[in-house]
Amino acid sequence: MLVLDDITILQTDFSLRANLTVAAGERVAILGPSGAGKSTLLALIAGFLAPARGRILWDDQDITALPPGTRPVSILFQDQNLFPHLTVAENVGLGLRKDLRLIQEDHARIATALDRTGLHGMGGRRPGTLSGGQQSRVALARALLRERPLLLLDEPFSALGPALKAEMLDLVAEIADQNGTTVLMVSHDPEDARRIARRTILVAEGTAHPPADTPGLLENPPPALSAYLGTK
Amino acid sequence: MAGRTQPIIRTLAVGGAPAALLLMLTLGTLVAVFLRADGVGALGPAEWAAIRFTIWQAFLSALFSCVLAIPVARALSRRSFPGRALLIALLGAPFILPVIVAVMGLLAVFGRAGMLNAGLVWLGLPPVSIYGLQGVVLAHVFFNLPLAVRLLLQSWVEIPAERFRLAASLGMGPAEIARYLERPMLRAALPGIFLAIFLICLTSFAVALTLGGGPRATTVELAIYQAFRFDFDLGRAALLGLVQVCLCLAASVLALAITNPSAFGAGLDRQVARWDAAGPWLKAQDVMALALTAVFLLLPLALITLRGLAALPGLPEAVWAAALRSLLVALGSAAVTISLALPLAMAISRASAGAASALETLAMIPLATSSLVLGTGLFLVLRHYADPATLALPVTAAANATLALPFATRILLPSARAVEADYGRLADSLDMTGIGRLRLLTFPRLVGPLRFSAGLAAALSMGDLGVITLFADPQTATLPLQLYRLMAAYRMEDAAGAAVLLLGLSFALFWIIDKGARPDARA
Repeated sequence: MLVLDDITILQTDFSLRANLTVAAGERVAILGPSGAGKSTLLALIAGFLAPARGRILWDDQDITALPPGTRPVSILFQDQNLFPHLTVAENVGLGLRKDLRLIQEDHARIATALDRTGLHGMGGRRPGTLSGGQQSRVALARALLRERPLLLLDEPFSALGPALKAEMLDLVAEIADQNGTTVLMVSHDPEDARRIARRTILVAEGTAHPPADTPGLLENPPPALSAYLGTK
Repeated sequence: MAGRTQPIIRTLAVGGAPAALLLMLTLGTLVAVFLRADGVGALGPAEWAAIRFTIWQAFLSALFSCVLAIPVARALSRRSFPGRALLIALLGAPFILPVIVAVMGLLAVFGRAGMLNAGLVWLGLPPVSIYGLQGVVLAHVFFNLPLAVRLLLQSWVEIPAERFRLAASLGMGPAEIARYLERPMLRAALPGIFLAIFLICLTSFAVALTLGGGPRATTVELAIYQAFRFDFDLGRAALLGLVQVCLCLAASVLALAITNPSAFGAGLDRQVARWDAAGPWLKAQDVMALALTAVFLLLPLALITLRGLAALPGLPEAVWAAALRSLLVALGSAAVTISLALPLAMAISRASAGAASALETLAMIPLATSSLVLGTGLFLVLRHYADPATLALPVTAAANATLALPFATRILLPSARAVEADYGRLADSLDMTGIGRLRLLTFPRLVGPLRFSAGLAAALSMGDLGVITLFADPQTATLPLQLYRLMAAYRMEDAAGAAVLLLGLSFALFWIIDKGARPDARA
């Protein structure tokens, strides 16, 4: 269970408050106008910025002071998710050993992860030779091997076409269900939320609201969300 | 980045050690010199003459370099011709050209038995002497005119092409373009370039050693050397060192206040379409400027190469031994430079804004340090522990590395910043730290600038004739020092051979390190 306990983030000309709970194994979307702080919220959970006040708890453990790499978190950024000078297998292997000193068993696990994400036989290629959708799959394969209980998606599929994006979201949902992973997904598209997230965190006017039922939220949006969605 | 976990500790861990070492080498040696100096009251007429000459020659050198650079940079900015890229590359070459080799070349053209005097005698005119103020300024212009042209060309191509298009559509001719577009640019660019060259000429030693001398043409750097080497008057050397530091500091503060030109900017191959410069007179003017520059730069080197190639096979054993020593010093110096510059650049790119600019300023301190002050300080410190002559080569490598550090840091910094911006978060999120991060992220992403800066550091060290003159005995001479000794002994054939060897080794070293075989050429 993820708890943001009375969090305040302060930046120049910007502040965000969050006091909410996400259950383990749940998939939650984060919606809201641009600039409201959706990515800031993920950066906070991933450890790239510290709150001015409050605590972050995972399974009752305070993780507020942990550096990014040691948190129970995998994150997929909007871009730059792969090292272009490393092969696909090496990029995925970083999910197992951060110094890439891989043993025989690791190579087998990498191959399995590539198979599961539909990248069979592509381990030797460099990211630059792959399509955008395939690059996303490599990043997912790495997250799969890292086996962190919390997966954060900061719009990693936003550059993909609608069909490809839907395919990737389904893959995320499938993997998350199999491993019991908790997923937090930033999006600017309510369809993404409808597709894989039963509940949604609305970030607007300086506050990250507790997760609410997605269909209900989208059908009866509060004023801030309806202004963003352009409904009524 | 604000609020990130543990940024200060990381910055200190990565950048602290090289920063401390750098401070010891620059400010530490300065303190050693300061403790030994006799006090400002002891400045005699000879010292004041040296101070006056130093400032005057640096002023003239910077002035001529800047003024002559204007027509050359203008010609390069508005003409396209085959060989333009080559000429621009040639203008970058003096940076790693050993000073002593250039002096040999200038002697072949302007020296007592050189081409110029042969022509004058043939015409029945009295010969001119290259020694003294005119020679020092000539050599400084030889080195710094190309630098001034490159810096100025950078400013010229940064005038947006749209402005020239607008000017052409308004029917402006060359005079109006000069008035509305070019002169404002020159007013902004020239002071910084002038001061950068002024600073370089303040600290130049090898030129004054070979072409200056005597009571009327002695720079402060040369006076330090003479006090040290001939009189072994350490107090006086230290006092002069202090004077030199004050001069450099004053010029650096001025230079910082104006602007900070960077010779490594990209985009020099850009060339703007110009509608105003089609006239035959302007064309002839540009051709002249470019041709004269090319001859001025190439003729001395061509002459020395022709003369030296023949002498190469018969070079004495001592020259080859010195060449080997120089290679080792150059490689050692390049290794030290990189192992200081890389952590510094990485720390700067990760640190908060305040710490970053402090570290960056620190990395630039050697620009305002002179190699002889550094050498004097190291001598004063080290003589308590060992015989300075046995330390000549390591000390030379350390001094060369210190002086190459600002350039290496500036070359590495943009790429280090880009790696941090593009992949820093990803590496953090994967908990990549320490050696693993260095091996898997930093080295592969920075291989180009790393090789380039290592090549520069090696070539600079290979051709350096500075600190080594203070420490060396006949058994520990480097190739530039050996070459200087051959010149001083009037063994000009051997000297020419050694000059070709030094020239070849310097450029080969740079080329091999920068561009040579890449075992793992990745995208």
